[in-house]
Amino acid sequence: MKQESIIQVENLTKKFNDFTAVNAISFNVKRGEIFGFLGANGAGKTTAMKMLIGISTPTSGNAQVAGYNVFKNPENIKKSIGYMSQKFALYDDLTVKENITFFGGIYGLSRKQIEVKRRLLVEELGLQDIANELVSSLPLGWKQKIAFSVALLHDPKIIFLDEPTGGVDPITRRQFWEMIYKTANNGTTVFVTTHYMDEAEYCDRVSIMVDGKIEALDTPKNLQKQFNSENMNDVFLKLARG
Amino acid sequence: MKRFIGFIKKEFYHIFRDKRSLFILFGMPIAQIMLFGFAITNEINNVDIAILDKSKDATTLEIINKISSSKYFSVEQLINNESEIEPVFKKGKVKAVLIFEKDFSKKLVKENNATLQIITDATDPNTANTISNYTNSILQKYQQEINKNIKIPYQIIPKSRMVFNPELKSVFMFVPGVMTIILMLVSAMMTSISITREKELGTMEILLVSPLKPFQVIIGKVVPYIFLSIINAIVIVLLSIFVFKMPVQGSLFLLAFESILFIITSLSLGILISTLSSTQQTAMMISLMGLMLPTILLSGFIFPVSSMPIPLQIISNIIPAKWFIIILKGIMLKGVGISFIWKETSFLLLMTMIFIAISVKKYKIRLE
Amino acid sequence: MKTIGYIIQKEFKQIFRNKGMLPIIFIMPILQLVILSNAATFEIRNIKFSYVDHDNTSFSRALIDKFKASSYFNVVTDFPSEKIASSEMLKGNVDVILEIPHYFERDLSKDKKTDLSVIINAIDGAAAGVENVYINQIVRSFNKNAIANLMQPSDKNYNVKTIDSIPSFWYNETLNYKTYMVPGILVLLVTMITLFLSGMNIVREKEIGTIEQMNVTPIKKHQFIIGKLFPFWIIGFGLLTIGLILAKVIFNVPMIGNLALIYFFTAIYLLVVLGMGFFISNFTDTQQQAMFISWFFIVIFILMSGLFTPIESMPQWAQHLTDFNPIKYYVEVMRMVMLKGASFKDILPQFSIILTYAIVMNGLAVWSYKKIA
Repeated sequence: MKQESIIQVENLTKKFNDFTAVNAISFNVKRGEIFGFLGANGAGKTTAMKMLIGISTPTSGNAQVAGYNVFKNPENIKKSIGYMSQKFALYDDLTVKENITFFGGIYGLSRKQIEVKRRLLVEELGLQDIANELVSSLPLGWKQKIAFSVALLHDPKIIFLDEPTGGVDPITRRQFWEMIYKTANNGTTVFVTTHYMDEAEYCDRVSIMVDGKIEALDTPKNLQKQFNSENMNDVFLKLARG
Repeated sequence: MKRFIGFIKKEFYHIFRDKRSLFILFGMPIAQIMLFGFAITNEINNVDIAILDKSKDATTLEIINKISSSKYFSVEQLINNESEIEPVFKKGKVKAVLIFEKDFSKKLVKENNATLQIITDATDPNTANTISNYTNSILQKYQQEINKNIKIPYQIIPKSRMVFNPELKSVFMFVPGVMTIILMLVSAMMTSISITREKELGTMEILLVSPLKPFQVIIGKVVPYIFLSIINAIVIVLLSIFVFKMPVQGSLFLLAFESILFIITSLSLGILISTLSSTQQTAMMISLMGLMLPTILLSGFIFPVSSMPIPLQIISNIIPAKWFIIILKGIMLKGVGISFIWKETSFLLLMTMIFIAISVKKYKIRLE
Repeated sequence: MKTIGYIIQKEFKQIFRNKGMLPIIFIMPILQLVILSNAATFEIRNIKFSYVDHDNTSFSRALIDKFKASSYFNVVTDFPSEKIASSEMLKGNVDVILEIPHYFERDLSKDKKTDLSVIINAIDGAAAGVENVYINQIVRSFNKNAIANLMQPSDKNYNVKTIDSIPSFWYNETLNYKTYMVPGILVLLVTMITLFLSGMNIVREKEIGTIEQMNVTPIKKHQFIIGKLFPFWIIGFGLLTIGLILAKVIFNVPMIGNLALIYFFTAIYLLVVLGMGFFISNFTDTQQQAMFISWFFIVIFILMSGLFTPIESMPQWAQHLTDFNPIKYYVEVMRMVMLKGASFKDILPQFSIILTYAIVMNGLAVWSYKKIA
């Protein structure tokens, strides 16, 4: 086929005592894809993602991310991925420049590489005036965009985004998604969770989790056909209710 | 009013659901009182000493016997000459060396006088002094014995009566102090954290937007801790009475009243700290680092205030713990009524009002 | 290695940018060291002394004068009766009452002996004991003079045997309590700051959520821990240095031994404290919990360190407990080196214990830190 799978998930399960948060999900993500991982709050999205990025051990099942097994090699997975969480992305009490230097450094970039990347980043996003400002003083939209770029500093194969556009105005959202497209075009796989259903339409393929299981997985177009809906919002409502 | 009760209920839920903090809040004071009541004491027991006996005669042996059989001392080793003193002190176990001069017995019989050197390791001056004093009193007793057939005229004999604590139990001195410290630190810390946490998490704004008035918010935050602290206080007093046999000579009712007053004073101090801090971290550091040592050292808990330099005695007056310790000792050990401690009580009342007034003012400023 | 460098750089920046905390980290301990060291003393001074003089002769007044002249006692006032004096003692206005009986002088010359009644507030049992000793000393000295003056040739010649004791106070001739306390208080302050800061720092990241970001990166456990704790290790040293300078300059504490030894010991000691803070933070979710637990241990460590009350006076079980108290060892070493000039051999026992403690503590901390839940 066109592209190989860069994420392979097989019957991945996570239980907390009696509660099954993620119930034997299986799916693949192709390299260079923009894969939308959707679901209602509490459906198990974040828990599933935590297993894929190596900070939570699955109860059973298996998964390979970027060629490494989540059980055997979580630390190697981390070298090949980038991550942007919903709660936090950058250190508020450091400047933009300092954040870039720090994250570049801990991902093993040499000082020269960091310098080059930093200059590029600042130029691309037009950050010249605020590069030396503390991140806490920036509006949310800027923070998210910079965080996204920082997550890509080390040229990871996959970038995981957990609700990256929460609380951001529509224009900034659009700009953000342009950045995502560009990244995907460069060959980086994008794994994004969101509950903005219109964003689902921007993805190549979308999966929808309900109560720990994947109830749907296909391109947005096909899903709309399958569920006889005008848009993803509708699809989602039909699934969640059913 | 209903809103207010609802708010207080929420505060209670917060506290009781945090099992770990709860465990510490109750378990800690109990553990500490038990520990300190038994372990903290000024009394000297079994101090290790060494003896350099240059005479080795009947008299010196008798004196050494008296010393080693005393509960204060434990004769750790016998040394043979002065050069061994320094190394023995350096090791750190032995705290004093007693040197009996040569021909001790002979000198006592012939010249009516003999000398004993008491060399103490005075890096801990208090122990050194006490060792000196105790050795001297053993010597005194021995001298009385050997002179008992000689009637010495013109004796003025002081008869001392130790009141409030005839057995000189150090527990009586420390338990009020431990009680005070625990109550104060727990109360101040808890309130300051509780309030700053809401600020940090941002939920404070929600409270401010609600129909609750600011002072209701503050009081609501404090009320659960009053209950918790009262329970703590009761537990501590019960332990003191039944485990340490502390008397309560005075009125229990007065004790309760004063304890509640002190709890409120500490809580209002906690509120004041919270208005000064923007983050929990700051609040906690101020409550703990800022309050702990000054409270332990300046309140009269361990070190007598009267022995401190005057400027410090003045500063000690603004430490609420100092006044409460006086009150506690007064009620429990002296059995006094309110007429004897009205001064201290007024100070606590005054401090409480000042703390609250400043807090309200600062709070209002921030709101504007 | 470079990774650790980046983490350390970030931590330092964050610490020093926190304007609210800086005075707390540096100024508060220094202030406390300077001010509170003056408070710590068991010396008995200014005892509130009162008397009831039923005799009212020049003889009795001479006795009172001796008390007035003593620096131990502060003669507050005299009272007409013991009842009133005792009431004042209840109020806390006096702590010692000396009652001189009627015919004090007369009875002494006639019957050759007389009693003096002394009432001492014994709530502070140890102080009361010392006060009693001082009172006896003063009375005895007064007695000696009286005997010399009252002696008649008709009195039997007697040979009283006396044993003189010559006290000698080594390492601290003036019995300067500060010499003893300042190093100890410095130890407490350095310990408190390092423990609180290290514990809270990590938990705060948990609370805010930045720890998750750390766990997703390829940073190894040990790199994270070293990077986080190193700045506080340095701060501990900084505080120690400032404290030692102040101890010398303001309090003139002797520094007989090799200071390098102190720094060397401190290096390992701080690892114990930091490890403890880290370990605690692994089991707590909020800063409040971390603080409470740290506080619990610190208060116990402080009061059972031998700093305020001697360890030898504690019951056996308590003494065994103090074997787990790192502060106790630090206080011992400070005193042994600074005041007695101890060498490395002398402090080897404490050093080995603290080294073991550091290894175990940090081992536990590293083991219990889970990058993966």
